[in-house]
Amino acid sequence: MRILDVGEITRNIKEMCIEANHFLTEDMRAAMETAVKQEKAPLGRQVLEQLQENLRIAGEDMIPICQDTGMAVVFLEIGQDVHFQGGSLEEAVNEGVRQGYAEGYLRKSVVKDPIYRENTKDNTPAVIHYEIGPGDQVTVTVAPKGFGSENMSRIFMLKPADGIEGVKEAILTSVRDAGPNACPPMVVGVGIGGTFEKCALLAKKALTRPVDQRSPIPYVKALEEELLQRINRSGIGPGGLGGSTTALAVNINTYPTHIAGLPVAVNICCHVNRHAVRTL
Amino acid sequence: MDRHITVPLKREDALSLRAGDYVYLTGTIYTARDAAHKRMAEALEAGNPLPIALENNVIYYMGPSPAREGRPIGSAGPTTASRMDKYAPALLDLGLKGMIGKGKRSQAVKEAIVRNGAVYFAAVGGAGALLSRSIQAAEAIAYEDLGTEAIRRLEIKDFPVIVVLDSQGNDLYQSAVAQYREE
Repeated sequence: MRILDVGEITRNIKEMCIEANHFLTEDMRAAMETAVKQEKAPLGRQVLEQLQENLRIAGEDMIPICQDTGMAVVFLEIGQDVHFQGGSLEEAVNEGVRQGYAEGYLRKSVVKDPIYRENTKDNTPAVIHYEIGPGDQVTVTVAPKGFGSENMSRIFMLKPADGIEGVKEAILTSVRDAGPNACPPMVVGVGIGGTFEKCALLAKKALTRPVDQRSPIPYVKALEEELLQRINRSGIGPGGLGGSTTALAVNINTYPTHIAGLPVAVNICCHVNRHAVRTL
Repeated sequence: MDRHITVPLKREDALSLRAGDYVYLTGTIYTARDAAHKRMAEALEAGNPLPIALENNVIYYMGPSPAREGRPIGSAGPTTASRMDKYAPALLDLGLKGMIGKGKRSQAVKEAIVRNGAVYFAAVGGAGALLSRSIQAAEAIAYEDLGTEAIRRLEIKDFPVIVVLDSQGNDLYQSAVAQYREE
């Protein structure tokens, strides 16, 4: 058994909130650079160049890439041989978010109640997903999620008879409806299978996979590649102002499902596809 | 066409802008997003005055991140405009001349833009760090308890935007996407 102080969780989450909001991962930076070279529309290229410049300024001046610094989504993959001490794990995560959003000059965008909407003023609580697995390590992923794109995400409870063509249509419909609202070029996270909530979680998790890494399942890899091509033929383009770069990647995760169902979740992320990952 | 225009907008400038124009705005604008619009709508309903004069002004749908010491503002990019669609036609009918945001607008907003000779600009979504460099001063002037959602007066210089909806009823999102659509 390994003992881990929850203070370590707080400290790391604080740093990761700040890091994720100022620096994109290397795979995202590379995808944005490739996009500028490949974009066909002059205005689209101009938008993509502005986004490159924006990333440079964010890192140099330590000003968030986007003013919507998101609701903090935290994935904790916990080895079952780990024992936490020093307090509540959930509170430790929220304390990390609290400190990160204060010290990092990040926007506080969370309201306490969905109807009465009073701002909590420290961006807590986080949305925390726990997974227990083998081993004695903890992998922490902090993925601040902006709501311009979150609002354009969809879930479809398809019928088994709808098959793979139904899945394609669901994804393409979601992207077309999102259009300029989701701040393209987007990253499209898709979950197929499981139950209602499981497929939404699969889609969310898919957004944390590097955009240059395809699914290990051959038919899923082919589906990711076909959909990326078709999305980029939609004409939406950078900023929704027309062009050939509407998405940077389509990441699909699958899970077994029920004989009666074919759930599909489409979680759209903007070009500020933020996450920081650390293993403790 | 690239244009440099001052804000508040002159009537003839607003009328002459066309969907697709790339415009650099200089002057004074106001921020307001969801919560501030709700309060303005409640004020109008109650017959109370609004905290800002709308005549010829431009509202930027934006809630900034906090400013670091020595800077006027934090990251400051546009938010999704459609959430303000419910409120925008009434404000346009009261003299609002322009809006800056991102994303599609409703038919009612498009009609109010045409009816009032107004304009809807898009700023590049997710470019909040870059756009902050065109903001020289920011001051919360109303609804300060709303934090990032307070109404702020911004002094801007060469703030880059693109005309999406113009007073002739043109829609750049529709025309540009159609131009590059391949399936």
